[in-house]
Amino acid sequence: MSERGLWQDAWRRLKRNRAAMAGGVLLLVILLAALLLPFVSPYTYYSPDWDHLVQPPRFRGWHFLGTDALGRDLLVRTMWGCRISLLVGIAASLVTVVIGVLWGTTAGYVGGRLDALMMRTVDVLYSVPFIPFVIVLTVLFGRELLLIFVAIGAVSWLDIARIVRGQTLTLKNREFVEAARVAGVGTPAMILRHLVPNLIGIVIIYSTLTIPSVILFEAFLSFLGLGVQSPMTSLGSLVAEGAGRMQSYPHLLLVPAVFLAAIIYAFNYLGDGLRDALDPRDR
Amino acid sequence: MLRYLLRRLLGAIPTLLVIATLAFAMLHAVPGGPFDSAKPMEPEIRKAILAKYHLDEPVWQQYLRYLGDLAHGNLGPSFQYRGTSVNELVAQGFPVDVTVGGTALLVALLAGSAIGLYAALHRNSRWDYLLMGLAVVGISVPLFVIAPTLVLVFAIHLRWLPPGDWVSGSLSHLVLPALALAFPYTAYIARLMRGSALEVLGSPYIRTARAKGLPLRTIMLRHALRPTLLPLVSFLGPAIAGVITGSIVIETVFALPGIGRFFTTGALNRDYTLVMGITILYGALIIVCNLLVDLAYALLDPRVRHER
Repeated sequence: MSERGLWQDAWRRLKRNRAAMAGGVLLLVILLAALLLPFVSPYTYYSPDWDHLVQPPRFRGWHFLGTDALGRDLLVRTMWGCRISLLVGIAASLVTVVIGVLWGTTAGYVGGRLDALMMRTVDVLYSVPFIPFVIVLTVLFGRELLLIFVAIGAVSWLDIARIVRGQTLTLKNREFVEAARVAGVGTPAMILRHLVPNLIGIVIIYSTLTIPSVILFEAFLSFLGLGVQSPMTSLGSLVAEGAGRMQSYPHLLLVPAVFLAAIIYAFNYLGDGLRDALDPRDR
Repeated sequence: MLRYLLRRLLGAIPTLLVIATLAFAMLHAVPGGPFDSAKPMEPEIRKAILAKYHLDEPVWQQYLRYLGDLAHGNLGPSFQYRGTSVNELVAQGFPVDVTVGGTALLVALLAGSAIGLYAALHRNSRWDYLLMGLAVVGISVPLFVIAPTLVLVFAIHLRWLPPGDWVSGSLSHLVLPALALAFPYTAYIARLMRGSALEVLGSPYIRTARAKGLPLRTIMLRHALRPTLLPLVSFLGPAIAGVITGSIVIETVFALPGIGRFFTTGALNRDYTLVMGITILYGALIIVCNLLVDLAYALLDPRVRHER
């Protein structure tokens, strides 16, 4: 009963937070548009329309947001970019969360020398300059979308691991953990069955805040030309293409930039709202 | 304090070793070498080149040789820019990064703390909402969108400033890159300062100072300023490292001759030594920044000093 009470409470607080709700609704709209529009539109992200090269946005002729230098429909391409960005953001955050939660709970629950070793590793990794490493990884191992998830996810789990460890330390001495231990529950089962479910709130908050930073990171890689390969596109590569032609065709820069900023903005507000709604310090 | 400093500096050595080893292992694990060019090379020439750069030796020998050179501060010769050492390339590019990054950080610190403090002092006013809304925009809009937009407005439409390129010592070439780089950090610092100032201003000892009847100005300067700045200090470590590495984007947009550009081309051309050298440099930079932050923290916060 108390479990349901907690979530209902959080939901009620979240609903009162207008900025967070606006962020959530905006995200839903972008997600639906990104999923549906490419099916509805008569254009694809790869085929050129030779009669309409670099058109500015207008409402005649169906290229609502104009076309790029090869006559490809910008609306459809931007929607594909949103798909890739959201996919990378969510998938890489999942990788981050899985590694971070397992690392943090293990270190916190087992404690002792293993804890010292694991957290010292995190300290060392904090000093590793990750941007160079990810750039080298993507350059050397090819530009696979899967690799981009893994690379970004593998380098951004440190914060979550630290937070989760701290939470685990406080949970560790609670009665239910003791009861489970008395009942003979082993370490892996203890972590997966008893500790992780109690960390879900804090994990949700931090993954909502991880997603925008991951999306920015993917966009950054794409901007440098290291992301997904043409003709497939992502918001970062669209911005890069647009920046090259902004002098004569500013819409090529502005359209993907606005969508990218909107996604990040929405996630940031939603994450802030979730934190306020779920933060244990407030209760 | 001196012993603490020494211990931290010694502790940095294994970390650097880990970074160097990771970089070395990664670059050598992949197929393809720096001299696998598209057109076939005479076997003798190829052999001579490989021998010159010691690429014909077993990997462990190359690794030990690299670490030995590194211990002497020698990052080795660049494979891509023949006849130039990585040290020379770094010495060429790094001052540009430091100038742009330093200016950006200074702007961000001044503007960000001013905005954050103002918003905190006028909590829940119209200005507070406006400024904090703008700050979220500043965090949400990535650097590589801000930078071209600034170029579009100030260089192409208004023609006030040059759109790029670098002239050593020229202020007008510095303004746009530094402002663009400062943008997200200003936003972040403003949010941080607002939160921190609100927390400090709500604490009991400030209430006591107010109850004593001290003027707001005295309270702010004598009591509130130092604790308010603490979170800012711990943000500075990652921020310094961030402006230096973040300059990769800025260098691409503004065609600046900094290190970041060497890095991307180096990675594409498998210039092992260049990529490793820059990675280690970035790592050392992060370590030094973290150390400086911890020292500053100990100086500013008596609680930390006594705990040690």
